[in-house]
Amino acid sequence: MSALVNGPAWHGRPNGVASASVVGVAIESEGIAKRFGQVQALKGVDLQVREATVYGLLGPNGAGKTTMVRILTTLLSPDQGHARVVGYDVVRDAEALRHRIGLAGQAAAIDGNLTGFENLEMVGRLYHLPASEAERRAQQVLERFELTDAADRVARTYSGGMRRRLDLGASLVGRPEVLFLDEPTTGLDPRSRLALWDVIRELVKDGTTLLLTTQYLEEADVLADRIAVIDRGSVIAEGTPDELKRQTGGEILYIRVADRSRTPEAAGAVVGIVEGGQKVDNNTGELTLPVGDRGTAILTEAVRRLDDAKIELADIGLRRPTLDEVFLLITGREAEAEEETR
Amino acid sequence: MSAQARRAASAPGVGERIRWAIHDGLVLTRRNLRRYIRIPTLLVFSTIQPVMFVLLFRYVFGGAITQLPPGADSYVNYLMPGIFVQTAIFGSTQTGIGLAEDLNGGIIDRFRSLPAARSAVLAGRTTADLVRNLMVVLIMTTVGYLVGFRFQEGLGFAILGIALAVTVGFAFSWISATIGLAIKNIESVQAASFVWIFPLTFASSAFVPAESFPGWLRAWSNVNPVTIWSDTLRGFTLGTEYVTFVGETMTSLAVKSALWVGAILAVFVPLSIRLYRRT
Repeated sequence: MSALVNGPAWHGRPNGVASASVVGVAIESEGIAKRFGQVQALKGVDLQVREATVYGLLGPNGAGKTTMVRILTTLLSPDQGHARVVGYDVVRDAEALRHRIGLAGQAAAIDGNLTGFENLEMVGRLYHLPASEAERRAQQVLERFELTDAADRVARTYSGGMRRRLDLGASLVGRPEVLFLDEPTTGLDPRSRLALWDVIRELVKDGTTLLLTTQYLEEADVLADRIAVIDRGSVIAEGTPDELKRQTGGEILYIRVADRSRTPEAAGAVVGIVEGGQKVDNNTGELTLPVGDRGTAILTEAVRRLDDAKIELADIGLRRPTLDEVFLLITGREAEAEEETR
Repeated sequence: MSAQARRAASAPGVGERIRWAIHDGLVLTRRNLRRYIRIPTLLVFSTIQPVMFVLLFRYVFGGAITQLPPGADSYVNYLMPGIFVQTAIFGSTQTGIGLAEDLNGGIIDRFRSLPAARSAVLAGRTTADLVRNLMVVLIMTTVGYLVGFRFQEGLGFAILGIALAVTVGFAFSWISATIGLAIKNIESVQAASFVWIFPLTFASSAFVPAESFPGWLRAWSNVNPVTIWSDTLRGFTLGTEYVTFVGETMTSLAVKSALWVGAILAVFVPLSIRLYRRT
């Protein structure tokens, strides 16, 4: 299964070569800006991604994630700013850089008229591998993504999940030092998603740096060592998942009402305990209140008030905010799709 | 080693660049040709239309066409060179459609993120379409032989004639590529192609001698490159008698044909490359 990552030539990186101007930094960008007609897709994005880590670009559709990935993978030139990936400038050294990166975009970029094997072998040849090596790696990738049985079937007969896996496999054929995955698990069933997460962890363990974009906060939380929350073309928060959760207001008081029809009553009872940020869901009978560091006091007060109002509870407690709540707190909006700009 | 030094060390020379550009172009040519192996009906259908044109002109209109220029002993011998040129031009519309399909499918982004030569996508597509056009023209030759057509000037001229038709198709592939990259929508590319291809191929001497045309149409037909290519190909199949009749020599026709092909390539190769870079 993991033959692909065990080989000593996984990176093909010459020994003793510093990978960036700052040692240990795989991706760095400064003030990247890009405009499409009237739309300012990126407004000065600074990123720094350490080698052999997973970096999550988190944001709704149209936030600028894909534009940033396209710039870092040399598909687009920025209007302003600079970016370097493993020491190569994404504009000046684009050609050399392409030998060292892999990209799996949002659309499954495979040829439906070629077999799975032929798709991967073609990518290998375009990385300028010798024919035998391209074939060997194609076989390895097929094995790793459990596509060996379908290797000689044309890809248009594949299921959606298989196409996605083949596409991701294609981005690994060149054994990239830095892998860019643009919404890699979109359209995958839960089992395939978990399998992909395993692959990602394995790659990173072996030294690959990974930048992934996602709309799924859970995914960023599980996978990423650091996260940049990107919204309307700007990074609005950056840090480890834990830092982000802490940075945005400590704990959350979580209440679930036993009788869902009494949810509005419960909301009325606890109103005013905290200043704003209170969320009520009448369908599930759930209420959440950001409580900062006054968790215990507010919990006690809430229990007393709800008891006075004779509202029976199914659950109550303090917990860390999810990234969904973090996003809401930072942006003031739900993490929902805006119109897609690019 | 500094990043500067690494860059210098990894920058390939001109010779190596050309070698890889050819390599990458061939990898994508192979990819595009596999499509015809996987969907054989594509080749069948791109042959049916020209075959229908042959039958239509040979049997429906052919009987009524009695005024044949000197050198052409039968209408089918006059017709087939024009059909070869028309078939190659019609076939070239597939280039733009194929590119538009690739653009919409996202696979072009993958190619562009790989270290493959920038020229490979366009070169691979036009080369594959050249091979496909050659197949179709050879099939048309067979069909022509079945309905009475004969190359009358020997094998050498027969090969020259087929080579001319395929070269014309190759030049038109670059026009088609430019349209495909500019419009990007598959159906629109298809529709847009026939808007200009029909007047270009039919208002020429490809199917009937231009003598019967009204003056204005004849003026257009005389400058229409399709007329020049058809007449050149007829020179290859019918001989010098026909060439003299249209007021040319074999050399002057060959030179004009080559100049037209060269002019189309000189305009549309850079234009399509520019559009490709911008997508």
